[in-house]
Amino acid sequence: MKSASVVSAPAASRRWVGAAVPRKEDEALLTGRARFIDDLAPLPGLTFAAILRSPHAHARILGIDVRRALALPGVRGVVTGREIAEVIGPIASVVRAPFAYYPIALDRVRYVGEPVAVVVADSRYIAEDACELIDVGYEPLPAVADLASARAPGAPLLHDNTTSNVISRRTFRYGDPESAFAAADRIFEFSYSYPRYASTPMETFGVIAHFERAPDRYTVWSNFQGPFVIQPLMAGALRVPGHRLRLITPPASGGSFGIKQAVLSYIVLLAAVSRKVGLPVKWIEDRAEHLSAASAASDRLGSVAAAFRNDGKLLALKFHNVANMGAYIRPPEPASLYRMHAASNGSYAVENIAVENELVVTNTTPVGLNRGYGGPQFYFALERVMEIAARGLGIDPAELRRRNFIPADRFPYRAPAGAVFDSGDYPRALDELLRIADYEGLQRRREQARRDGRLFGIGFAAGVEPSGSNMAYVSLAQTAEERSRGERKSGANASAVLQVDPSGQVTLRICSTPNGQGHATVAAQIVADALGLDPADIDVVTDIDTLTSAWSIASGNYSNRFAAIVVDAVAKSARQVADKIRLMAAEALDATPEEIDLSDGYARVRGSNRALPFRKVAARAHWDPAGLPPGTAPGIVETAVVSPPLLGSPDVKDRVASATTFGFVVDLAAVEIDRATGILHIEKYASVHDVGTQLNPKIVEGQVHGGFAHGLGAALFEELAYDEQGNFLSGTFADYLCPTAMEVPPLDVGHIETVSPANALGAKGMGDGSSMLTPAAIANAVADALGRDDVTLPLTLQRVWALANGREYERAAPGRRATPRRTRVSGGALNGGGEIVLSAPIAEVWRRLLDPNELSAIVPGCRTLRQEGNDRYVAEVTIGVAGIRGTYGVTIDLRDRREGQSVRFVGKATGALGFGTGSGLVTLQAEPDGRTRLHYEYEAEVGGKVAAVGQRMLGSVVRFLLAQFFDALEHRIHGRRRAWWHSLRAWRTLLRG
Amino acid sequence: MSVQTCLAGQKATIELTLNGQRRSGKAEPRLLLCDFLRHELQAFGVHVGCEHGICGACTVLVDGRAVRSCTQYAVQADGRDIVTVEGLAEAGTMNALQRAFAKHHALQCGYCTPGILCSATHFLRETPAPTEREVRDMLSGHICRCTGYASIVAAILEAADAVSRGA
Repeated sequence: MKSASVVSAPAASRRWVGAAVPRKEDEALLTGRARFIDDLAPLPGLTFAAILRSPHAHARILGIDVRRALALPGVRGVVTGREIAEVIGPIASVVRAPFAYYPIALDRVRYVGEPVAVVVADSRYIAEDACELIDVGYEPLPAVADLASARAPGAPLLHDNTTSNVISRRTFRYGDPESAFAAADRIFEFSYSYPRYASTPMETFGVIAHFERAPDRYTVWSNFQGPFVIQPLMAGALRVPGHRLRLITPPASGGSFGIKQAVLSYIVLLAAVSRKVGLPVKWIEDRAEHLSAASAASDRLGSVAAAFRNDGKLLALKFHNVANMGAYIRPPEPASLYRMHAASNGSYAVENIAVENELVVTNTTPVGLNRGYGGPQFYFALERVMEIAARGLGIDPAELRRRNFIPADRFPYRAPAGAVFDSGDYPRALDELLRIADYEGLQRRREQARRDGRLFGIGFAAGVEPSGSNMAYVSLAQTAEERSRGERKSGANASAVLQVDPSGQVTLRICSTPNGQGHATVAAQIVADALGLDPADIDVVTDIDTLTSAWSIASGNYSNRFAAIVVDAVAKSARQVADKIRLMAAEALDATPEEIDLSDGYARVRGSNRALPFRKVAARAHWDPAGLPPGTAPGIVETAVVSPPLLGSPDVKDRVASATTFGFVVDLAAVEIDRATGILHIEKYASVHDVGTQLNPKIVEGQVHGGFAHGLGAALFEELAYDEQGNFLSGTFADYLCPTAMEVPPLDVGHIETVSPANALGAKGMGDGSSMLTPAAIANAVADALGRDDVTLPLTLQRVWALANGREYERAAPGRRATPRRTRVSGGALNGGGEIVLSAPIAEVWRRLLDPNELSAIVPGCRTLRQEGNDRYVAEVTIGVAGIRGTYGVTIDLRDRREGQSVRFVGKATGALGFGTGSGLVTLQAEPDGRTRLHYEYEAEVGGKVAAVGQRMLGSVVRFLLAQFFDALEHRIHGRRRAWWHSLRAWRTLLRG
Repeated sequence: MSVQTCLAGQKATIELTLNGQRRSGKAEPRLLLCDFLRHELQAFGVHVGCEHGICGACTVLVDGRAVRSCTQYAVQADGRDIVTVEGLAEAGTMNALQRAFAKHHALQCGYCTPGILCSATHFLRETPAPTEREVRDMLSGHICRCTGYASIVAAILEAADAVSRGA
């Protein structure tokens, strides 16, 4: 393929590109001087926002009373969803859904963590205090938290004007899949569910929003990562012309991995809040908010069928993908289903493909970009079924892949669904993998292990890594007919502005919003080569200001676009500057521009000793425009804007060149599983990549290791879990487990290099690859070790143990009866029971249990308690769970009262931090020595923040509170005369449970 | 108002040594140390990652010991000697540990890095010649989402070498 870009510098002049140049970014970061969003105070008079969020998965908002919050000193304003809707419209999406997405709930909440109101105050502490003082009336509605229940007939619907939670269904057909399946010798099928997880950048979201009048305009600082195609959508929601929403990114951003695309919702929300309260507002998300309500990779249900000939030839593939969008479709979703679509053949030369895609809404947080974006889910299907097929066909899984790889002489390769793979040599990469992993040695180890009765498995995964996305691919969610009615879309613009100032200093500005990928370093390497300078001499500005940057819709940091496209713009701008310098130097040195070499900071006439310093030549463009060669513009500001010409619009057959470069990754995992404990030990993990030209091998290495760690986390630990009622259960880093240094095994990395024709550097985008393939490779190894295919991620200790021992794995079993004396937590549900002997006769215990004055003294954290009628108590109680302390309004009803024998307490608690319902049966029995045996059993359900962050502790907290309760009761019975060891004994009895 | 007599809602004056300089600032009893260091004393190198004591990004040295500043109150730091990432080396320079991090590409976004540097500083003082496993064990108190840790382990091992050689 001939690319429009020409190869600029001859290989000999490449001094910096390809070298492991130390990063320009590092010193500021290592000395604490890099500036992130929360370090900025760009305006005087900043105020601070906190967001009140829904504790319910699904509920109608009956009313919001903000009076108590507004009365708190230091509070500057409280804004509810209804008030926000006065100044914004919905945020549009590519899918025409019969419901709107607003960044805050209007009259109904649809997921735990959905914003309900925003408090603005003089400090974040006061704003958070005030959130607790907002009284929201909710009418809970039935919720659907997972794909299966959302799709079930008669499922509760999330949105009015819909008849199903399945809001879009599209089918695609390439080649002749039906005939291929009919003609196949063997068909292998695999059904799966893929969990929801997120890359959790260490820096959370942050927004500083400022509204000004005359004209109405917004300026927003945020760690948004793009794509800036969302900027027009945000401006649309804020009802201002595009240029009146000025977005600015801070100099540093603490990781993103796609997730910070979702900052968009908070840009719109906080901008509107600033307008409503008339103040500049800063909001920094906390980790609990981030885990529960930021964004996530879409969880999926799916199936895949693969048609083979007996000799291993893959004839056709059929995919059925069901993707969870969360409660709304937030742009750029449903792109996660379409990112891989045009490359649905993976790395294989298979011509016949059928795809059926369903988008489903559930009572969970809206999903979005996450490292690998759609890739991990796709490869889990494709690469698992390849492994299953290999076993079924009796062909070695590496060999089966080799037989089906796109041959090295077929590049550029047009895939059936339209992707154009730029370059590759997959068999060679596989050879390299087998070599560095010592596949033969591992096979011998596996044989030996199996002879010894141990569980040892080897798994592979191979795939292409699409990079530099075509902005049009997401419109595949529309039919060709729908597309034809809209404006045509295509391409992926990247820009670079290279400037040489009057002192000859070079500054490059790019719109790639890096979040740790070292773009400044690599861009400086490219410019240094072109201008004959040292990368240290090139300043690179990577923050965007949409009023002054040369941005466009594809700006931002996603789909590995930096090395696929942005570098091309950088190289082009550098070439333009170099040409101008050569022209001026030639004039000054009495030579032709072709004779001028730029090296070591000089413009030299080749083959002579005539030379001028680069800076001196460049300065002339500023100081002496009259002396410039005819037709040369004064100054040096060169802008290059490129879009890979290959990236056209989707055609009528739903084919699209979806990305610019296609790297290749092939992985091998070898695992041993300890049957007795479920411990999974990764004996070997090897990964071979083809990223084209490695622009900076150190950075490439870092991306491979980082992507691997994300894939490993997805494979083994990470899940954003919900219970069946939609309560969110993973609200802290103690519940949502990221791999630490102890869990990440050694990684052997290999490379082959097929130069990409898609840009001037021969580079391919990279960074996502390992995160896409590691989950599949590990699952394949585990399936091989266990000899079973029903391997579901994450492969936690409990799950692996259950699989290895032929047991059913249960994560959540709400409502299960617990054995007495134990508190059991599953999902947001708790139940348990126990008994205690109290040193008073039944009558006294009974009296104290039902006396409001007694109860207010013995209920832990009770602030007020009063009786309403005969059988109801109303109380205010303060309880802390897992470091979050909150006040709850509690009502307790007495039911089934059998005087002096038993009574059932039925309670309901609500507060800003969550809610709970429960019931407990207390039975009294006389002991021979005048004491009373009290037996209790309870069931409770907890939701909201308490469930999200306190999940691990709820059981112990309940036991602890019960211990306190009975201890206080016993204490009241005995007055102050009781010895301390009585109390100790009572505690021990209870805590033993 | 002194730290001892300060009540909720009131502000105490905290006096401490920050990166070798005597500093003071005001803090309510409930103000977290990380917020005090960042917003009262402008030590923005202290990064807040989780506010529940797990990710380790906010780690600082209090009297030489690595401490999570998100699970301490500012009032607890009264009279203490605090070192943040800004104070690990002379201004305008990097120490052997920081140089090793740069050399091994042990940081990408760099958000978790200040906390890791502080923990590693305390660790290397107590364990001057650590094994890889000891380094990983120490590091397991930190979450880094960018690097996969291998480069951080290599950097700390190399710094240990450099420090023990007196470099």
